Amino acid sequence: MRTRKLFVVTGLCWLAAVAAASAASTEADFKGALNAAEAAEKAAGTLKNQWTTTGQALAAAKKAAAAGDFDTAVNEAKHAEALAKASIAQATEQQDAWRSAVIR
Amino acid sequence: MPRVMSVAIAFLIAVLARPVAAADAVNPDADFKAFRDYFTKRFPNVPLNDFVNGPYSMDAELRKQWQAIDDFPPYDFAIDRGKQMFATPFKNGKFYGDCFPNQGIGIRQNYPYFDDKTGEIVTLELALNRCREANGEAPYSYVKDEMASLTAYMAFTSRGKPFDIKIPDDPRALAAFEKGEQYFYTRRGQLNFSCASCHVQLPGEHIRTEVLAPALGILAAMPIYRSEWNGMGTISRRFVTCNSQVRGVPLPPQDELYRDVEYFLSYMSNGLPIAGPGARP
Repeated sequence: MRTRKLFVVTGLCWLAAVAAASAASTEADFKGALNAAEAAEKAAGTLKNQWTTTGQALAAAKKAAAAGDFDTAVNEAKHAEALAKASIAQATEQQDAWRSAVIR
Repeated sequence: MPRVMSVAIAFLIAVLARPVAAADAVNPDADFKAFRDYFTKRFPNVPLNDFVNGPYSMDAELRKQWQAIDDFPPYDFAIDRGKQMFATPFKNGKFYGDCFPNQGIGIRQNYPYFDDKTGEIVTLELALNRCREANGEAPYSYVKDEMASLTAYMAFTSRGKPFDIKIPDDPRALAAFEKGEQYFYTRRGQLNFSCASCHVQLPGEHIRTEVLAPALGILAAMPIYRSEWNGMGTISRRFVTCNSQVRGVPLPPQDELYRDVEYFLSYMSNGLPIAGPGARP
């Protein structure tokens, strides 16, 4: 009997954990992710090194948010932020690395 | 899958970052010699002046197709239109020719040049729009047919004349040259390509169906009729398209950096003949 109770409690805890982990994203989550992505993209712009795919991901995020699909919107915004940060890393690295490609 | 690729590319950029090379003093003469030597040694069977023919200097079959097409050049209409535009006065009665030395005839090989009054690089496209604005006309788009027609006509009147780009002993001119050189060799876009990736490392090779042109002489045939575009394209259009193709957001046409890279590439082609307008696949 005690073992059965333990199984039930354990199962309920697991279900609760899964439910918490897969909770739907909210509009606030999206706004936070969008702000972070747009800030990174703006920084890439000051380096004159934005990627077309970042803009596409941002547009997809806004479109999903407009349709009320905040899970997709947050995912796309995070994708955009990752792309923007990669473009910044590229520009920063190339600031000096270009010299090694010059024909000598 | 695209997302996986994006992350992989970002990772590669970070991992493959090379150690910083020592900053070298800018030396256009030395760069010119090294650039010329690189292409002539790599392609010893290509006559120097033939580099201006881009992919046709690299691929015999493509050259045959071009020679057949050139019996009825697809850019002829642009030359005719440009000539007509040159002969048509602005509303104030002045002409394009009034803005240029020698009435704009046979001068394309001198562009771009360093303007010591403003400290900037002036390309032919920029000079044409400044001419329009100085005469009360609205500027043309840098990537559309009107600009291509004007530059096609001006290039045609300079055919065979060797590029003669000057870099005066002025720190601003040297800085512009170096910025152009930096832009040319800098990797950009999600595909992590520089201009040099295609036009120094891979001329003569294919990207899909296209044969890549060598950087030496690459602007001599501009503007060009491109079958891919189904129309004429200016140097501005070529730069914008190149950036887009590597998934980089293009700069505005005639951005300072685009003018600087045009300055750099044109200087590297000094002595090679103007061959514009041209035709490309």
